[in-house]
Amino acid sequence: MNGRKWSRFNIVSVTLGFAFLYLPIVLLVIYSFNASRLVTVWAGFSTKWYVALLTDTAMQNAAWVTLRVALISASVATVLGTMAAIALVRYTRFRGRLLFSAMIYAPLVMPDVIIGLSLLLLFVAVGLDRGFFTIVLAHITFSMCFVAVVVQSRLLTFDRSLEEAAMDLGAPPVKTFFLITLPIIMPAVVSGWMLAFTLSLDDLVVASFASGPGATTLPMKIYSQVRLGVTPEINAVCTILIAIVTTGVVIASIVNKRREVRRLRDEQAARRG
Amino acid sequence: MTPASSPTSENRALRRLSSLVAGRLVIAIPYAWLLVLFLVPFFIVFKISLSETAIAMPPYSPAFSFIHGIAGLWAEVKKLGFDNYVWLTQDNLYLFSYLSSVKIAAISTLLTLVFGYPIAYGIARAPSTLRATLLMMVILPFWTSFLIRVYAWIGILKPEGLLNQLLLWLHVIHEPLIILNTSKAVYIGIVYSYLPFMVLPLYSTLEKMDHTLIEAAEDLGCTPVSAFWKITFRLSLPGIVAGCLLVFIPAVGEFVIPDLLGGSHTLMIGKTLWNEFFENRDWPVASAVAIILLLILVVPIVYFQQAQARAEEAGR
Repeated sequence: MNGRKWSRFNIVSVTLGFAFLYLPIVLLVIYSFNASRLVTVWAGFSTKWYVALLTDTAMQNAAWVTLRVALISASVATVLGTMAAIALVRYTRFRGRLLFSAMIYAPLVMPDVIIGLSLLLLFVAVGLDRGFFTIVLAHITFSMCFVAVVVQSRLLTFDRSLEEAAMDLGAPPVKTFFLITLPIIMPAVVSGWMLAFTLSLDDLVVASFASGPGATTLPMKIYSQVRLGVTPEINAVCTILIAIVTTGVVIASIVNKRREVRRLRDEQAARRG
Repeated sequence: MTPASSPTSENRALRRLSSLVAGRLVIAIPYAWLLVLFLVPFFIVFKISLSETAIAMPPYSPAFSFIHGIAGLWAEVKKLGFDNYVWLTQDNLYLFSYLSSVKIAAISTLLTLVFGYPIAYGIARAPSTLRATLLMMVILPFWTSFLIRVYAWIGILKPEGLLNQLLLWLHVIHEPLIILNTSKAVYIGIVYSYLPFMVLPLYSTLEKMDHTLIEAAEDLGCTPVSAFWKITFRLSLPGIVAGCLLVFIPAVGEFVIPDLLGGSHTLMIGKTLWNEFFENRDWPVASAVAIILLLILVVPIVYFQQAQARAEEAGR
């Protein structure tokens, strides 16, 4: 939408919107440095809650489980999701395509409690011991659909003439995919992986259903403590998580932007040459 | 190599074969995964919703097992029943949970639209150099944990929390507002958590809009307000529908927000299902609750899928 000035009303509504989105997070971070045990009374700056975390082995174990679950499930989900995206975009006609696309889109909006309960009942029915492995399976299942949608949108704007050129020059389809297609859709695959990673890092409901007594993830640990009351330690854990995710997203977007700029420059150079 | 087939034609045949196999696998692997881990579980949920509660592990007496052959299976089928569903209609708790979930989700979807529209509109009109950054700032909170963002509101909304401290200090109020553990806190939580889901689809329709249409309408004597309703609002309807579905469907089944912010008086079906499962350990009733929730959501979900498929067609 161009041609009209950015009015005062627009500026005010965007500013208020961002204040609403960011203020709660900012307050949470600030109060993680509060010296007082009472979260809402400011009593001076302190890092003692972070120090307390260093000795909290239960929290550390939960963080370690969460990290491993997220790494494995995001990686498998990225492979499966990318395959699903290719299936949706490149194969417009195959038996059961309607069901396939329904199964891709439904998990995007399906309430977590339903996904969690249904997977748990499946694991019990086939006699799978619940724990680390079942959480991974559950996370792969819903995050692969998010990856599929992200990669699909990139594939739809993809210039197929490059692929056709490679095939005409004798490259077999699988080789064409790895040499031509994958590098071009890589930014989307990477953001799909990151999305799957954070979805897994974030998930409380599905993991609670899918896990057994052995495996506790960080959100499950945080949740059980929050139910007992708001404490500065939880603010500190949350602040660390926010810092990690924000750094990751900002670095990824800078890298992506650089790559985009380089690609544009290369394309211009190719057109001139 | 037979003399009839030249190396190139054999190569081509091989390539076609490998392409065919690769194509099949690309479809078959994710398809099989979703069938086994997404579709089949629903049938298991349905099956268990028909079985009887038992004090055992797993806490239900299995409906359908194939140990006793066909005759045994038939005996089991006769034992199946809709008792759990009858139970759901007899206890008002469930009916109220469903109704209040749909009501809370609908009101919060509307609120999200009202708050999200000006933000999306503002971003779509921002100078093009700023737009990417603003959009990134809308997405960023979505990357940080849902649980953490909901948790952050507890400290703000508590009776002795930051909002009340501020308002008391400003002398706007004289005694603390009770917001936490009421449905008001749930509305705030849903609007806050789902705002990016509303802003993004709205932005993508508003950004594509041709502004000359509005100029033409205003030149022809339309007031800015009626030009907005007649043109901008109408043209952004696909974005409004997509945003509302993305908020409404998950909000109906929301668990974390009503549990942490709503207190014991706010009934929502996601919480009822959770309690039925984890506290009462009644798996068959929890399954029946899930099936009914799925039935309520099936129409909006199918509508959402069709909208997605249409968008996909348009992008092709």
